[in-house]
Amino acid sequence: MMATSTLPIILALPLLGAIGIAFTGRWPNLREAISLLTAVTLAVLVFSWFPEVSDGARPRFLLSEPLPGLVLALSLEPLGMMFACIASFLWIINTIYSIGYMRGNNEKHQTRFYICFALAIAAAMGIALADNLFTLFLFYELLTLSTYPLVAHKGDAKTIASARVYLGVLLATSIGLLLPAIIWTWVATGTTTFTLGGIIEGKLAGPAVGLLLGLFVFGIGKAAVMPVHRWLPAAMVAPTPVSALLHAVAVVKAGVFSITKIIIYIFGVDFLFNEPSAQWLQFAAAFTIITASIIALYQTNLKRMLAYSTIGQLSYVIMATVILKPLAEVGAAVHIAAHAFGKITLFFAAGAIYTAAHKTELWQLAGIGRRMPITMAAFTIGALSMIGVPPTAGFVSKWFILAGAFQAENYIAIFTIIGSTVLNAMYFLPIIYFAWLAPPADGVDMNHGEAPKAILLALSVTATLTIVFFFFNQPLLDLESQLVESLPL
Amino acid sequence: MNLADHLPALQVALPLLTAPLVILLRNGFLAWLAALVASLASFGLAILLTQAVLAGGVPEYAVGGWQPPFGISLNIDGLSALMLLLVTGASSLGLAGGRLSLRRDIDNRRAPMFYGAWLIALAGLCGIAVAGDAFNVFVFMEISSLATYILIAAGRDRRALSAVFKYLIIGTIGATFYLIGVGFIYMMTGTLNFEDMALRLGEVIETRPVIIAAGFITIGLALKAAIFPLHIWLPRAYTYAPNAVTVFIAACSTKVSIYVLLRFNYGVFHGNLLGHSDLFSVFIVPLALSGILLASAIAIYQGNIKKLLAFSSVAQIGYIALAAGLATQAGLMAAQLHMFNHALAKGTLFLCVSAFVLTSRSTRISNLAGIGRRMPWTMGAFVIAGLSLIGVPGTAGFVSKWYLVVAVMSVPGWGIPLVIAIVISSLLAVVYLWKFVETAYYGTPPDGDVSAMEVPLPLRALIWFAALANIYFGLAPQLPIALAESGTGTLLGGLL
Repeated sequence: MMATSTLPIILALPLLGAIGIAFTGRWPNLREAISLLTAVTLAVLVFSWFPEVSDGARPRFLLSEPLPGLVLALSLEPLGMMFACIASFLWIINTIYSIGYMRGNNEKHQTRFYICFALAIAAAMGIALADNLFTLFLFYELLTLSTYPLVAHKGDAKTIASARVYLGVLLATSIGLLLPAIIWTWVATGTTTFTLGGIIEGKLAGPAVGLLLGLFVFGIGKAAVMPVHRWLPAAMVAPTPVSALLHAVAVVKAGVFSITKIIIYIFGVDFLFNEPSAQWLQFAAAFTIITASIIALYQTNLKRMLAYSTIGQLSYVIMATVILKPLAEVGAAVHIAAHAFGKITLFFAAGAIYTAAHKTELWQLAGIGRRMPITMAAFTIGALSMIGVPPTAGFVSKWFILAGAFQAENYIAIFTIIGSTVLNAMYFLPIIYFAWLAPPADGVDMNHGEAPKAILLALSVTATLTIVFFFFNQPLLDLESQLVESLPL
Repeated sequence: MNLADHLPALQVALPLLTAPLVILLRNGFLAWLAALVASLASFGLAILLTQAVLAGGVPEYAVGGWQPPFGISLNIDGLSALMLLLVTGASSLGLAGGRLSLRRDIDNRRAPMFYGAWLIALAGLCGIAVAGDAFNVFVFMEISSLATYILIAAGRDRRALSAVFKYLIIGTIGATFYLIGVGFIYMMTGTLNFEDMALRLGEVIETRPVIIAAGFITIGLALKAAIFPLHIWLPRAYTYAPNAVTVFIAACSTKVSIYVLLRFNYGVFHGNLLGHSDLFSVFIVPLALSGILLASAIAIYQGNIKKLLAFSSVAQIGYIALAAGLATQAGLMAAQLHMFNHALAKGTLFLCVSAFVLTSRSTRISNLAGIGRRMPWTMGAFVIAGLSLIGVPGTAGFVSKWYLVVAVMSVPGWGIPLVIAIVISSLLAVVYLWKFVETAYYGTPPDGDVSAMEVPLPLRALIWFAALANIYFGLAPQLPIALAESGTGTLLGGLL
């Protein structure tokens, strides 16, 4: 039995790490050692909770009660457990990668970078462990604020303008829509605590439910449901490790995680299934999936293409959640993990290409597979996972989502998934083909080798995990199936 | 009677009696030190009084043993205690953090006079908070106002003179309106004591002089409180005052006027005048709303950081006025909490600005470009206080925003539009603050020099103490909540 008092330590560790990094900024090796040490300790602590939560434990820890009835509390349940595991584990790999990338590119302000990174992880842990909407909101805002300096890292006029879009969209949606939604929930139900089965039932009914759902979904701008997706392509100006953080480790995952958690624990799956006014969300998700995939087809910049791919993949999670059937809920949770492994691999590969060859555009990639075989192999695995080809992680989650869709006889979801799979193949496969088989384009410098070792190590690990996850996913499935145990099949 | 029973009188007497002693000192540093000690001692007295209020209340204090309603009485409830904490705290913060900037702004020969005026302003503001009758409130209001005019005009910036002249004229009109109103009430009831007035007003209810008096008092105080659009004196006065003075007055002076407004409208008129609270709401809520939205929008276009924060103050006063104008228990809670939290945030922000000016000698935002890289500690504190101003959870500002939103949601029919207005204005606050934060962190300094230059460690420590207080009261706001509850109890006491 682990003591529940270790829950706040999960939050405190990255914060302490940030302070340590701040004071050791003068000695880069020591600074990076502290980053790594903090990341490893955090991951060990988070993972040591996994068996107990898997056995049904739901530890809870009260931090403070600033307002009567409004508490800051931490708790662990299957969804948050998974998110905390993903974020803390990928932080280790991302740190290794960052060391290679930031040194390889001689980036400035590295101390600030690592401090903000640690703060962002602390915020992500807070989101994962949030016991109620208020706690969730607090850490959600902290995540936005701590990632702003990361996005604006380069500091030139164009970057600042993009970072302004990033901050503007995320803060505006969260203060303008999410906060009112939370207050509405609080006024209507008298609580904001996440409760299995939901708290809305019997308190709100009819169109109000659909409206509240809308406030939540568009208020959580990090989930990038169109039209609040603009910040994600804008944030592509950030250094690649930050893109990886945004897309795989923390930010967008925090978005879909929050929406999934709110649908399961605030609205309640059963209640929402029988509520016609909430049906619009699957259309919004389907629209986002298809539109984002089509826009991705037209991109010529690798990172921007990946950004639109992420927007589409995020709405997979949303759509899976709103199928509102047990298998699909499990699929939604698993897709958060599967997409994280695949997308971080893709971004690591994009960053490796930039570090080794300074290439950012798709046409420059022709023939690059012969120069950077390890990187492109990893890229290929990541891309296959995005499409959902076995044996990759993406297949597992798609399987469950489709199974859930058939269970619900939800043809919108089925056709959206099929259509998007085709589109995904259409924009990923040509890249793979040209990178391996085509001759280099005219005038492109091909005198480069692989990226630094730290980068290669990181992307090999994530690529391997993408495949391992296909074979070895039972613990996660067991954990997440607890979400839906009480539901009829 | 032991000494503890004299605390309400001491609260005023201490700074008032120290002021002439400070003027006798011939040395700027000693005068500053004496003023700081007196201010801190007042803060200590305020804390003692607060503890007494929370422990069960402070008995009414009859000055000179003359019993009210004939003698002068001093009353301390939760709201008064809150105001005393604010006033003495802001004064101590301004003095402690203003040592360096005041040494630069104030001529050494005139420094003792300046600190004397500071203490007189402090005494006047404390006096308003403890006075139990309408006329003493007026006297203390004049004492504090006159001293504040001196403080604002004392710096080297000549523009302060025209700013203070405007303030003087408008402030005097406000005080005169208030006095006219009090005069009418005295004519009708024969008393000046608040409690007595509330009792006797029932006999002359709905007579024209009383209604006119309510109008004069409300408008006069709204002028002094800078409720939009009666705020025109405020931005220039805040901007051109010496920086340490801005810390002091921005944190508390307008709030004291709102305090009197609350006392009169709820303590005296609310229970007596039929439909007064509706009339008050109809008058104050639209003004407050336009202030919230327009002043926030104007703040975005300011090129001077002090002026930007001054317009932000006008907007924030709008929040307080809006909450107070709702005439509900939740609204009054929100108004009092926001007074406290806004003072905390704005005091910290202006303190940071005074630190910026110490090193870069300018308040223009374009001249402060890159200051965040040169002064990371001070800028970090600025960001924290800024987040509190926006109302991000985890900071003090969130607590009052939460109360405010919950309060307006219960307004029949107007809940949603009011929430939308508050949300829009919060977003405008994000814009005007981020405009500065972005320039400060990522802008290029005008001379291209990005070497580090921080203010001395003690000042940095004080700034961070203030910034952390913003977080502390965001996570553990029990103290202001308890005081506001007690204050709400006395304000609405006769009605519940």
